[in-house]
Amino acid sequence: MLKIENLHARVAGKEILKGLDLSINAGEVHAIMGPNGAGKSTLGNVLCGRDGYEVTDGTVSYNGMDLLTMAPEARAATGVFLAFQYPVEIPGVNNTYFLRAALNAQRKTRGEKELDSMQFLKLVREKLKVMQISDELLHRAVNEGFSGGEKKRNEIFQMAVLEPKLAILDETDSGLDIDALKQVAQGVNTLRSPDRAFLMITHYQRLLDYVVPDFVHVLADGRIVESGDKSLALKLEEHGYAGLAERHPAGVGA
Amino acid sequence: MNQPVSTPLVESLLEAPLAPSGIAWLDAARQENLAAFAASGLPDTHVEAWKYTALRMLGQRRFVALDMAAPASTVDAASLALPGVDGPRLVFVNGMFRAELSQVGNLPEGLTLQPLSQALAGDAEPLRFSLSRHYREPGDAFARINAARARDGVVLRVAAHVEITRPVHLVFIAAATEMDLAWHARNVIELGEGARLNLVEQHLASGEPTQLATLVSEIEVREGARLQLTVLQNAATSTHLIRHSGLRLQAQAQATLHVLELGGALVRHDLKVELIGDGAQLLTRGVFMPHGRQHIDTQLAIRHQALDTTSDSSWRGVANDRGRGVFRGAIMVAPGADGSDANLSNKNLLLSPSAEIDTKPELEIYADEVKAAHGATVGQLDERSLFYLRSRGIPLAEARALLTAAFCRAVLADLPNEALREHLSTLLVEQLPNT
Repeated sequence: MLKIENLHARVAGKEILKGLDLSINAGEVHAIMGPNGAGKSTLGNVLCGRDGYEVTDGTVSYNGMDLLTMAPEARAATGVFLAFQYPVEIPGVNNTYFLRAALNAQRKTRGEKELDSMQFLKLVREKLKVMQISDELLHRAVNEGFSGGEKKRNEIFQMAVLEPKLAILDETDSGLDIDALKQVAQGVNTLRSPDRAFLMITHYQRLLDYVVPDFVHVLADGRIVESGDKSLALKLEEHGYAGLAERHPAGVGA
Repeated sequence: MNQPVSTPLVESLLEAPLAPSGIAWLDAARQENLAAFAASGLPDTHVEAWKYTALRMLGQRRFVALDMAAPASTVDAASLALPGVDGPRLVFVNGMFRAELSQVGNLPEGLTLQPLSQALAGDAEPLRFSLSRHYREPGDAFARINAARARDGVVLRVAAHVEITRPVHLVFIAAATEMDLAWHARNVIELGEGARLNLVEQHLASGEPTQLATLVSEIEVREGARLQLTVLQNAATSTHLIRHSGLRLQAQAQATLHVLELGGALVRHDLKVELIGDGAQLLTRGVFMPHGRQHIDTQLAIRHQALDTTSDSSWRGVANDRGRGVFRGAIMVAPGADGSDANLSNKNLLLSPSAEIDTKPELEIYADEVKAAHGATVGQLDERSLFYLRSRGIPLAEARALLTAAFCRAVLADLPNEALREHLSTLLVEQLPNT
């Protein structure tokens, strides 16, 4: 589904990703862990096409398409979704209106029929039930005045409605208390399916107790330096990120 | 002081002699204002209040008085209805009352609503204070010519403790004539103690009239009275519209204003509010959206002159093409107005590289225990918000339109009349590009 090869990217003139390789197949859940500043969030932003992230080398192929040449909205329409680390507050834009505009824009791009308001409401009700989210969030402006936990749950709710093929979760666990974390994890687990892949970017192992990954990768200094199964996360938890750079000097490769 | 330069505009406005009204004090006031206008001429950009609105081009134009112009084109009364505004309606075409377009039958008890021309034909004495006013500020040239020349307008009074439930609708139509016309209208509005009124002032065009129009409104809100005023300015983009609104709020009086500036060529609104009674409260919301080559200038001046008075003002500007917006928000808390609370914000969006908005908040405080905050910004749409919308699949143009509409609509949030709010919201969105 996703094949990243030798990806180099710069932010504000500074090289952050330095030859990253990663392959993800449909149905898999991958976790990317790493210390602050390793390039975790940069990877998520590059994959979603954010301005200011300049790819200087390498390729990203997604279902046979060159992802890097596509506009953010085109990537979304083909099924790429980013749950933001810091979801943006948009005063004056109603959450429901926004989500329907987003879903219909994607459907239009894919040549599918747009949903009318009744059909959309039905879909939203189903998803709310599955995600165990109160419909109160729907009537408010996008993320405006939401607590940290509400914002993250809103991201997961959007993911449930938009049904992406590749969901990238950028530190969705950060700033959540244990109840909110469980709720977010439960939402993700509900959405796991054989034709959907997840890339979970996280600093802590905690989320992985609730969403068990198939693969764990360690990102350090702009490259994947170690890959393994879920036991790798536990190992990191025990030993920390210190010493990673010494074990994997730049230029040697993982 | 330089000798004022007589321009074709000033000459044309002075040309017609003042017709006697038969009321001695009124004729005297008109003569004085005319003489003051002749002496001062037009303000130039050295006058602080006109710093960003140059009258050089307009000063070269000539406009004829109403009675020299050919009759105006016809207006369809049915087209004047506004959603949520179902009360009495007074309609003026080129500044003159038009009975056949108005609805003033069966006025509710306690409401006086009549054209100024009729009010002056009866007992003019109650209007003496308002109509004898002199406009002395260096920038008040147009209020002076209005005071000298206005023959018609609205006289509206709500008796003490009367609540007028249905909104009163004032419509000012600029209708195309053969010659470029100047017209002047004047409103005298008074809410008695404890009275309540919901008022809608609308400016619109019939055809594409090239005109100079002035409107002066003097509004008195007495003790404990509440005024809800909504202004929808949708003049033709060939019309120069210059308004001067003076509000006085007495003790515990409340005024809520929503102002939408959408149309006009050169538009200027001097909005002066005096909080003269303890505990008076003012809320103003406004949006100005110059596009094409429109120039829209709002000068908001709020004076806190009594104890525990509050004002909360939030204005937004959106300029596109070569549009130019000007906003000056001046708050003055006078000595003795202790415990006052003043808030002013002006946020602006530039949608094109040739658009311009000049904003200037001013704060002067001479009292104690005052809370005051003010701020102004000019910028583009927030990149983070744009990316957020795009990352969900919303195309760039649509995302821009969505965010711009939300930015403008924010000023309508406090408008309680839902049907009117929805209508105005639609008008705002229609004014935006790419929608």
